[in-house]
Amino acid sequence: MLQLQYFLILAAGLFCIGIYGLITSRNAVRVLMSIELMLNAVNLNLMGFSNYIDPGEIKGQVFTVFVIAIAAAEAAVGLAIVLSIYRNRDTVDMEQFNLLKW
Amino acid sequence: MQIAEGVQLVTFAILSVLMLGAALGVVLFANIVYSAFLLGGVFISMAGIYILLNADFVSAAQILVYVGAVNVLILFAIMLVNKREDFKPLKNGWIRQGSTAVVCAGLFALLSAVSIVTPWKISTLTPLASSVVPLAKHFFTDFLLPFELASVLLLMSMVGAIILARRDFMPDNISGETSTQDSLTLPERPRELAGK
Repeated sequence: MLQLQYFLILAAGLFCIGIYGLITSRNAVRVLMSIELMLNAVNLNLMGFSNYIDPGEIKGQVFTVFVIAIAAAEAAVGLAIVLSIYRNRDTVDMEQFNLLKW
Repeated sequence: MQIAEGVQLVTFAILSVLMLGAALGVVLFANIVYSAFLLGGVFISMAGIYILLNADFVSAAQILVYVGAVNVLILFAIMLVNKREDFKPLKNGWIRQGSTAVVCAGLFALLSAVSIVTPWKISTLTPLASSVVPLAKHFFTDFLLPFELASVLLLMSMVGAIILARRDFMPDNISGETSTQDSLTLPERPRELAGK
């Protein structure tokens, strides 16, 4: 029988992979992909709790739909920012985005 | 869920192995195009796990929004930012990677321990046959205001993304002659073609 813990551990693994990619990757587009991985892990947590703890009134699924909508908006704006920085700096290396360094 | 429990367990095992492998590929592959396609694999296996969790509508929405919109958007961004550059290796870069790996492993251990140790109050209700009608009731009764705000937020982010990604327009071209034949086009700098 599937337990709630399996889903939680799977979500924890996906979240940690997302954090690792977020910190170590140099390409700005890959950073956005890592953020998507982390958002998916959070969604998996919400869906697991919704199915196992609150199956009658599925509010976790409602929150998941909201998170999906916000993630789509975030991806669009983030990629537009990456594109704009690429036009200005001619690179996508995260280490060379030092415009705010003083 | 009408599937036998052994089948559920095997399906969960296959989907989780696929998802974690594809996620590691997203982070670790050197070629970013492979990473983008593996990200689609992560999203699709996540939709399968949602079906195991009795959520048919969210599974369909996951495939439609993530695979159909976000992944395609990322592929377009990779195509527009298509510059083969070799990143210069940082000095002491291994310290960052090693410490991040250690911190992530510790976080994973902590989260796993918490999720195993905590006595969750598992409900004994049988899950709903279809989640579409309860979701719609939630959206149009007690979550109506966030639902409408989400639509406003999507509109705002669309306008913001267009403004951010548009090429800069040249102000001297605007103040000089008033061109009437292309008044419906956005004023922007003529782009240099890629083939030069």
